[in-house]
Amino acid sequence: MKTVQLDLSKLSVRQLNDYLHHRLASESVREIEILNPNGMHNIAVGLDYPVEVHIRGNAGYFVAGMNQQAAVTVYGNVGWSVAENIMSGVVRVRGNASECAAASGHDGMVVIEGDCSSRCGISMKGCDIVVGGSIGHMSGFMAQAGNLVVCGDAGAHLGDSLYEAQIYVGGKIHSLGADAQEEPMTEADHAKVAALLKRAEVDISSKNFKRVASGRTLYHWNAEAHQEY
Amino acid sequence: MCGIIGLMLKSDELRPSLGKLVLPMFDSMAERGPDSAGLAVFTAPVEPPLRRFSLFSNSHDYDWSALAQSMKTDLECQPTVSVHDNQAELTAAVEGGPLKRWLAKRGNGVRVLAAGRSIELFKDVGRPDQVARRYHFDQLQGTHCVGHTRMATESQVSPAHAHPFTAGEDFCLVHNGSLSNPYSVRRLLEEENLEFETDNDSEAACRFLQWRMTQGDTIEQALASAFEKIDGFYTFLIGTARQIVLVRDAFACKPAVVAETDQYVAISSEFRSLAHLPGVAEANIFEPLPEQIYVWQVAA
Repeated sequence: MKTVQLDLSKLSVRQLNDYLHHRLASESVREIEILNPNGMHNIAVGLDYPVEVHIRGNAGYFVAGMNQQAAVTVYGNVGWSVAENIMSGVVRVRGNASECAAASGHDGMVVIEGDCSSRCGISMKGCDIVVGGSIGHMSGFMAQAGNLVVCGDAGAHLGDSLYEAQIYVGGKIHSLGADAQEEPMTEADHAKVAALLKRAEVDISSKNFKRVASGRTLYHWNAEAHQEY
Repeated sequence: MCGIIGLMLKSDELRPSLGKLVLPMFDSMAERGPDSAGLAVFTAPVEPPLRRFSLFSNSHDYDWSALAQSMKTDLECQPTVSVHDNQAELTAAVEGGPLKRWLAKRGNGVRVLAAGRSIELFKDVGRPDQVARRYHFDQLQGTHCVGHTRMATESQVSPAHAHPFTAGEDFCLVHNGSLSNPYSVRRLLEEENLEFETDNDSEAACRFLQWRMTQGDTIEQALASAFEKIDGFYTFLIGTARQIVLVRDAFACKPAVVAETDQYVAISSEFRSLAHLPGVAEANIFEPLPEQIYVWQVAA
């Protein structure tokens, strides 16, 4: 069991990912520290091993994409599509995230401690997302399954064309997207939000979460609806 | 995909290093736009009636001093010329219209890339790192600059199609994205007798905004009008003698990130091209919101 330091001022991202894909098991690595990420793209994508990864600085697009098993923490901001298509494990961002955080994530947990830009959780398919701050416009677009918990505010068109994912917002909702509706919070919802916040280690005193879910009016074509194009 | 960059220096002490700071920004955006590149830099204005012109020739051994000599006789002015490979920076007491007509009549393929009192512009086809070194971007000085690396998606790759586009004086625009109604914008402007140099969509946006400003709009009013008239995806970054202006379309599909400190405001398509800037770890870093107009002004 050992800790390994990898410095992106000396290694290419390709070399780094090659190490992460092929050497962790044979070298019994339990912890990786990545230095000087400097906004580079594709850092630590495709991990499939129970390892802790600490990225010391700002990362670029697709960091920790397709993650399985690993616990990745970024000590900075991230670019587009952090933890895209996450399958399991935990991806945590200490700073802010750009667009499409956890896009199409299947399982596992994504925690953004700061704010998220637009399209957070777009097409999510079962993962849990917890955002300590606020999220931008078109978040939760076509989200199919899983939970998106936002402690701050949500931007315009939240949950547009939502399927069966649930969205919980602690702050203000700028506007709801097509077929998204606010629903009463049940005891089960309160318990779920509390459990997710605890798992995410996000401490928030608000008890006033709102639940947003699909109105399911878009599930079937309504030939009689008045349509204007 | 294209890359955009912008840098405005707030303090005098950094201004001699504008080029040194912007070169790594430029290089790291090469992957987003490998086919052409350009940069407009704004410096202290020349005194009226002088004007600055950035001129372009397809020839790398063009005789610029012969051109200056002919200008003296034909246009009755005393031009000074500084040559940068196939481009030249010409300063003379002459207006843009007569100069362009005179160049067209001479028929030697020299084109005006930019005109004004503050702007100097370089652009060409080729890998951005090579374009930057050919024109010695690292040595540029000034208050602010606007740059672009192009991956062409809608019109041909040629020096004229490279960004920044200019219109009028001391006005330029770079664009990441694609417009869906550039031809209706062009038709609108052609009715106003505006002329175009290319069939590029970004040129239509550049000329539309500058035309609105000649009609009395502020840049904010011109952009509000563009939200109505221009359809498509865009991050626009605009440079004027005293300002840089940033705006994204209603969906904000095209990226932009801003890092601002007491010393500078830096804009790029991606954070990685800002990572080298001094004090970036303490900078206020944010993404511009859709259809919100961000204006930064050179301090008086």
